[in-house]
Amino acid sequence: MTLLRLEPRGEASRAMVYATPLLAVALTLASGFLLFWAMGFDPVKALHAFFIAPLMSLRGLGELAVKATPLVLCAIGLAIGFRANVWNIGAEGQLTLGAIAGGGLALAFYGEGGWWLLPLMIVAGMAGGALWAAIPAFLRVRFNASEILTSLMLNYVALHLLNYLMHGPYRDPDGFAFPESRLFEADAVLPLLVAGTRVHLGSLFALLAVAAGWFLMARTFIGFQIKVIGLTPTAAGYAGFNQKKIIWLTLLLSGALAGLAGLGEVAGPIGQMNPTISPGYGYTAIIVAFLGRLHPVGILLAGFLMALSFIGGEAAQIALGLPKAITGVFQGMLLFFLLATDVLIRYRVRFGAKQVVGRAAA
Amino acid sequence: MSAELALLGPILAAMLAAATPLLFAALGELVVEKSGVLNLGVEGMMLVGAVCGFAVAVQTGSSTLGFVAGAAAGAGMAALFGVLTLLLLANQVATGLALTLFGVGLSALIGQGFVGIPIADVPELYIPGLTDLPVIGKALFGQDALVYLALAAVPAVHWFLYATRKGLILRAVGENHAAAHALGYKVVRIRFLAVLFGGAMSGMAGAYLSLDYTPMWAEGISAGRGWIALALVVFATWKPGRVLLGAWLFGGVTIAQLHVQGLGIDIPSQLLSMLPYLATVIVLVVISRDVARIRLNAPASLGKVFHPDA
Repeated sequence: MTLLRLEPRGEASRAMVYATPLLAVALTLASGFLLFWAMGFDPVKALHAFFIAPLMSLRGLGELAVKATPLVLCAIGLAIGFRANVWNIGAEGQLTLGAIAGGGLALAFYGEGGWWLLPLMIVAGMAGGALWAAIPAFLRVRFNASEILTSLMLNYVALHLLNYLMHGPYRDPDGFAFPESRLFEADAVLPLLVAGTRVHLGSLFALLAVAAGWFLMARTFIGFQIKVIGLTPTAAGYAGFNQKKIIWLTLLLSGALAGLAGLGEVAGPIGQMNPTISPGYGYTAIIVAFLGRLHPVGILLAGFLMALSFIGGEAAQIALGLPKAITGVFQGMLLFFLLATDVLIRYRVRFGAKQVVGRAAA
Repeated sequence: MSAELALLGPILAAMLAAATPLLFAALGELVVEKSGVLNLGVEGMMLVGAVCGFAVAVQTGSSTLGFVAGAAAGAGMAALFGVLTLLLLANQVATGLALTLFGVGLSALIGQGFVGIPIADVPELYIPGLTDLPVIGKALFGQDALVYLALAAVPAVHWFLYATRKGLILRAVGENHAAAHALGYKVVRIRFLAVLFGGAMSGMAGAYLSLDYTPMWAEGISAGRGWIALALVVFATWKPGRVLLGAWLFGGVTIAQLHVQGLGIDIPSQLLSMLPYLATVIVLVVISRDVARIRLNAPASLGKVFHPDA
């Protein structure tokens, strides 16, 4: 145990805050190299197919933005909550409810829509996600129930609800028994931003969310309260900050953003309701939030990286027959390496036995 | 014997079986939390345990080896968590989530060659006379060994925590790690062992699902049971005996939902499938609303990072 020792730094290292995500990415790539090799694939070819080939076309870059959109939207909201020690891990369910609420409107007004339909769907999507997040918020504030467990349980409930709707009310009346809805009409679909790609208006919303998230956290009193509550709850109590209000706020906000992400999927690239709206965006967004250092700009970058892991996984599956599950392994590994290297922010690694010197407590 | 009574036996037997994975996972996590560590990766450890157990059982033809492999795989995942949180001082909540996300991906990767492969069911116990008893015979004396092992683990864990010196030390570490450290106890080592135990139990829970309960491998086979087990620990207010109660309750809800579907009662099956998750939320609320009780029973150092110099 004395060979390797962790010595507290007097002050958190700013350099390491930026360096560890890069270090984690490098370690993940190195592990990926070994993993591919162990599975009997040519590691250089596999990594190229995974991380580089998808970016070699305009269409590929567009797909990157399409996949990054829901990730960034969800992660911005989650990160604000995580800052306040509010652990919403129900983004997947909130995303689903956003799609159910917004997509439901598109189906309800099928054939009788107008210019007003899309804005209404967006509002409904955000409201759906926020309402779903309001449940863990209420249970936490009123009954002290852990929002980690309640929000997670509601993910499963949301999935079953979607499944029920797709086999019942939402099913295409002319679609035989397939659990898919009608294709949304033009007035219920988000406009495309870049010709030749599938990049839609939702990407613009994601950028707006990044800017708004930065403004909230860096420039407002509420953002300050969120940070204080997260760092030292007791101090926040003495200062008279209303913790219950912050729990409500962070959960409703992240729910609304996740709901918007869900609406963006069904009114964007999918264009209809089906039982598999999300390949786990709500869960991956947790990784995006941490990898982005819970900072909006970092989240934007991390969102693109994680989006690459999704499209890279699909591309490598087609090109080399790599199993799709490898995407999840990469994502999990990346978060592991990040959490492991984060120790360098507040501690120095020292070799050899401890030297007795006076120093301030960390 | 009336038809209803004849139905009771199989229902009781199915309930005990459904409670078994929850019992394994929740008892393991209870010991982990008693040592002051919150490992949210139960679901991930369970999945990796399930797929490794299944793979080994298919390759070797031995379900016993499968269970051992499942436990070992769960412990291996837990070791990863232990290194990160106990040695590298990472945030336990974030690391636990990472473990689950990683486990979901890893199990799918390992299991891709094993989807749809049939496997022989684990033989059930048969005690002449007792197993043949009407109604309760099959439920109480006709289950497979793992069901009894899970039941035996309840008093065993209770005995370890409350009647042995090692259990006392483990609880002391969980209540106040600084004081335990000052007394010379190896906080990190004790916690690491507890985390490994929790992982092995989660792995067993997973292996029970893939080798015995279902028995097959499918992606995401645990379907949130790891998270329900975490909720059960809170529900039980960190007491092993109450974990048993909670596991039976959830076993009951799971089975009731299946039987309602079977009876042809006109509720869509997707809505019935929500029941176990909704029940978890409800019991969590009922228990958590008593703030004083939670505070009194929860290990005081739960989730806090320990560094001897800090």
